[in-house]
Amino acid sequence: MTRKRRRMYFLLLGLAGVGAGVALALSAFQDSIVFFRSPTEVVEGKVATGQRLQIGGLVEAGSVVKDGQNVSFAVTDMAHTVKVKYTGLLPDLFREGQGVVAEGKMEHGVFMASTILAKHDENYMPKEVADALKKSGHWQEGGVPAPPGQEGGVQAPPHQDGGVQAPPGQEGAGQSAPGK
Amino acid sequence: MDSLTTFFEMGGYAAFVWSGYGLTAVAMIGLLVGSLRTLRAREKEFAAVRRNRPTGDAQ
Amino acid sequence: MHRFANPTAFMRIANAIFPWAAGLATVLFVIGLPVALVTSPPDYQQGDSVRLFYVHVPSAWISMLVYGSLALSSAAFLIWRHPMASVSARAIAPVGAIFTALALVTGALWGRPMWGAYWVWDARLTSELLLLFIYLGYIAIADAFEDPERGDKAAAVLGVVGSVNLPIIHFSVEWWNTLHQPSIIKMDGFTVDGSILLPLFLMLGAFTCYAVAIWILRLRSELLAVKLRNARMSEVNLASAAAE
Repeated sequence: MTRKRRRMYFLLLGLAGVGAGVALALSAFQDSIVFFRSPTEVVEGKVATGQRLQIGGLVEAGSVVKDGQNVSFAVTDMAHTVKVKYTGLLPDLFREGQGVVAEGKMEHGVFMASTILAKHDENYMPKEVADALKKSGHWQEGGVPAPPGQEGGVQAPPHQDGGVQAPPGQEGAGQSAPGK
Repeated sequence: MDSLTTFFEMGGYAAFVWSGYGLTAVAMIGLLVGSLRTLRAREKEFAAVRRNRPTGDAQ
Repeated sequence: MHRFANPTAFMRIANAIFPWAAGLATVLFVIGLPVALVTSPPDYQQGDSVRLFYVHVPSAWISMLVYGSLALSSAAFLIWRHPMASVSARAIAPVGAIFTALALVTGALWGRPMWGAYWVWDARLTSELLLLFIYLGYIAIADAFEDPERGDKAAAVLGVVGSVNLPIIHFSVEWWNTLHQPSIIKMDGFTVDGSILLPLFLMLGAFTCYAVAIWILRLRSELLAVKLRNARMSEVNLASAAAE
């Protein structure tokens, strides 16, 4: 009986040790685990220029200018904005007011992107529901009516860089679904 | 007929949707068939072992 | 708990569950697939590609549910040396590996049209890939030893240690910024409309019942393998092994 108990404690202790080790390692590599940096971090110079990186945020409404395959737009986290230039095909979910992650380099204050990825939020609904929400005035950008307190602004990210959903009302996320 | 075409087109995402469902079906049916086959083979083997060495009341 | 250490008692319960799990899985697939593929509406943003949701999320759910059971079995084996615990873990490990691979593949097929990439090295995708490697490692280690009991023990250690990855997978979308979207489960409900939630739940149920049924089939196989091994090793053991 005691042997089994001892084995259990040993196992729990071992697991706690491994867990603590992993937690330490993860927090030490925090910077390389995050998939993208925010415009604020870039503007505040927390990211070396000339270095390849991903920046993420929302595509600022009204900022998209398309000229054939050449696209320019602004990525914002509601605090700061970075101008992005890109040549190539955009993913289907690339929309004004929606999340985006651009991979590339800062050059003379402009982010020259080689890859554009669209970031989706966790809201799913049919078009009719989205339209009805908009008509009834319950629409929050980024999808679903946000619970009070959370409304307005990039959802409080765990670390100042971060979430890209529910910016305060601009219109735009409701463009019809691709292929609908 | 027309609605059938629309169905297979999946709003332009046919290649992704159908290969996703297809691979899932193949994996799940394959796992079922594989598991059943292993079980049948072992049952046969076990029956053979039992037949060859009829179980006494040892132990 | 200790009741289940006895293979006969364990299998009596498992065998009683089997027809229900298999039947329910069939019924849920028969209802769920038409809802998922035909009657449910396209998403307002993602269009019909949202239908990948109904195979991607259940696969990912099973990949983690199975790992939870694998880790608990491993712990039970290390603490109490219950032989049934290692039999159960060996039976379920390949199921977990297959569903992890499915979650990754269906995710890639969904990510390409929506995000613009089959694969990115964000925290969610990377930790799920790590889960696949842990499963493969478990399967390899369990069979790596001449003496299966040593294999059981070594694999069980990996099984327990690997459970550290489960919270990382789940919370990765909150702890770090990722390309993968956050969880659809919020404090006050789901961020998904009912018409899209329905096929999701039907498929989650179908996948879960399927996994339970497959697990029981594989349990029978694994137990027979143990009995065969014992029968070959000594005739003396045969009598008790044959007692059903």
